[in-house]
Amino acid sequence: MASRLIEKKQLSENVFQMVFEAGKIARKRKAGQFVVIRIHDQGERIPLTIAGANPEKGTITIVFQRVGKTTYHLSMLEEGDEVMDIVGPMGKPTHIENVGTVACIGGGVGVAPVYPITEAMKAAGNYVISIIGARDKGLVIMEEEMRSVSDELIVATDDGSYGFHGFVSQALEQEVIKKGKHVDQVVAIGPVPMMKAVCDTTRKYDIPTIVSLNSIMVDATGMCGACRVSVGGKTHFVCVDGPEFDGHQVDFKQLIDRQRIYLDQEKLSLERYLEGLGKEGRQV
Amino acid sequence: MNAKERMKIQRQPMPEQDPKVRARNFDEVPYGYTAELAKKEALRCLSCPKPFCVDGCPVEIDIPAFINLVADGDFVGAAKKIKEKNALPAICGRVCPQEVQCEQRCVRGKKGEPVAIGRLERFAADYERSQGEVEIPETAKPTGKKVAIVGSGPAGLTVAGDLVKLGHDVTIFEALHKPGGVLVYGIPEFRLPKDIVASEIDYLKRMGVKIETSFVIGKTSTIDELFEEGFDAVFLGVGAGLPVFMGIPGENLNGVYSANEYLTRANLMKAYLFPEYDTPIVKGKNVAVIGGGNVAMDSARTALRLGADNVYLVYRRSEKEMPARVEEIHHAKEEGINFHLLTNPKRYIGNDKGWVVGMECLRMELGEPDDSGRRRPVPIEGSEFVLDVDTVVVAIGTRANPLVQSTTPGLELNKRGYIEADEETGKTSREGVFAGGDIVTGSATVILAMGAGRKAARAIHEYLMSKN
Repeated sequence: MASRLIEKKQLSENVFQMVFEAGKIARKRKAGQFVVIRIHDQGERIPLTIAGANPEKGTITIVFQRVGKTTYHLSMLEEGDEVMDIVGPMGKPTHIENVGTVACIGGGVGVAPVYPITEAMKAAGNYVISIIGARDKGLVIMEEEMRSVSDELIVATDDGSYGFHGFVSQALEQEVIKKGKHVDQVVAIGPVPMMKAVCDTTRKYDIPTIVSLNSIMVDATGMCGACRVSVGGKTHFVCVDGPEFDGHQVDFKQLIDRQRIYLDQEKLSLERYLEGLGKEGRQV
Repeated sequence: MNAKERMKIQRQPMPEQDPKVRARNFDEVPYGYTAELAKKEALRCLSCPKPFCVDGCPVEIDIPAFINLVADGDFVGAAKKIKEKNALPAICGRVCPQEVQCEQRCVRGKKGEPVAIGRLERFAADYERSQGEVEIPETAKPTGKKVAIVGSGPAGLTVAGDLVKLGHDVTIFEALHKPGGVLVYGIPEFRLPKDIVASEIDYLKRMGVKIETSFVIGKTSTIDELFEEGFDAVFLGVGAGLPVFMGIPGENLNGVYSANEYLTRANLMKAYLFPEYDTPIVKGKNVAVIGGGNVAMDSARTALRLGADNVYLVYRRSEKEMPARVEEIHHAKEEGINFHLLTNPKRYIGNDKGWVVGMECLRMELGEPDDSGRRRPVPIEGSEFVLDVDTVVVAIGTRANPLVQSTTPGLELNKRGYIEADEETGKTSREGVFAGGDIVTGSATVILAMGAGRKAARAIHEYLMSKN
């Protein structure tokens, strides 16, 4: 069904937060689930994690980074505009349980999907250590929100311009594990190389690690298999079996390859779109 | 005209696009009968007092009656006659396997060729549509009963059409953004133009059927929640949408698709119009399609239309065992699809970037008949060879999608995950819940799903009227 954009906020250069009207989804969704959005009649269907919801107001919040045509187009929408379709909540919710201490790690725009999980982990009684990271200070998002649902928060930047100097995986090892803090479970969401690095670290210390995968999808109901991923040598569909999996079992190389299937077409599509915007004289 | 004269008329061929031309466009292959051809073909019908053709029709269309109207030149009347039993004639005229149904029973087929019932059905429906807005039939006065239909494919649409006519308040819930199910995501434009599907669905909407798209039962709401919201009965026509893979090495390489994905990208998302439409598709040069059914034919012919140089249809048995319609096999061959029969993939070979570049195959021979009655394919040892391919479409069937079943307590399933439902009524183990189509039988045809929908609609009506 169509859905109205009622609030828009730019979190960093290319990251946007949007609140959409979607009553049924807002009441139904649980941490870890996502929606599929199609902006217009010729549009593609893209999955986006639900970063939050307000069941009373009937709204959901999404946070996304503009990379290709569709996310660019989405970022150009103004409050009051509509997207043609929004469907969900898709995927399985995160398994939330009091396990003791949980480290919730978000890299880049991955902080957005990790936020509702962090909130739920905290509410379930866990001691929550959150680590959020970005390339530099200007790209760190949702720091205050994350702080409000964490017992400890570490911010890491690749260039050291803010907080810990290094990757989130390094922050986890040096600032948490090596400092003798026992971690029962890790949840890591972000770019695939980041999730892989976190898993490589936690494997050494034998800490169970959940990752949330952002594969290419079409219908997101289990019908097409575009999102298939190898986990422990078995093929799963991210849309219905996931999006969360045991990070130690995921074939990240295959995931990276599969995310690149349409690289050329995505580039062409974006170029055409930006060209069109230029002709309209609109600022990107 | 007497029977003797009628017997003299030969079956009229349907004009179609030249194979070389149509292999590179997405326009519909046949042009359909002209009024003149239709009348001539209609005259071949002998109006048997006991029409066997009707027995062969899953939705019991009064075939001789509509054909007589065509012969008389009352084409709109013919369309209306069909629609007494079938709300989707333009679709069925195109995709029904008439050769194993009505036309197989036609007495003219005993000596020579049967009456082209499917072509005439198609003609009548197309003619009526060409005359402007199609008149909708009268519906019974509102019963106040609410029915939820899950899935907007052939089964769901049939149930919706039948129940709305009887005065019930009908809402269809569709997971995708467009209604039609397999008619829009699966069957390609060149076989079933999407504006025809849209206008047949529009006809149902004008009769009062409500359609909620982008609404996933099992996610957005559950069956139990539908009842809580005041629905009196639910029909599940969700299809068998889960793609089957072979489980051989390399199946997750880039360029290897399920037929569901390949066709959904091309049909529902119109990826063949990329970049005007946003959804991309891999336009392979050397494409292998695995399988021998209609979906395999559709995939192979789509690959050709996307610009492939070579399309190989790889099937483990021989042509005789192919489940595809004869007409589809014939069209595929005409267009230049290479058939690699008695051949089965063993593994896919990838490059360092994770793209498929080859497919190792095994030659097969036919052994003893298996459960399906077809001779079992047996690999010939040492017969491996490699086919250079950059795209593969796996079209070996589908299974039940567990989305609805797993969120509906008390709904009994069979071993393979399909819903247990009474063959005559569609009744499931849950009160007020009916099911029909592929989610009960496993993958079958549009018309069988419609037939199941027709029976379920009858049972749902009885159920609703007895429950006061």
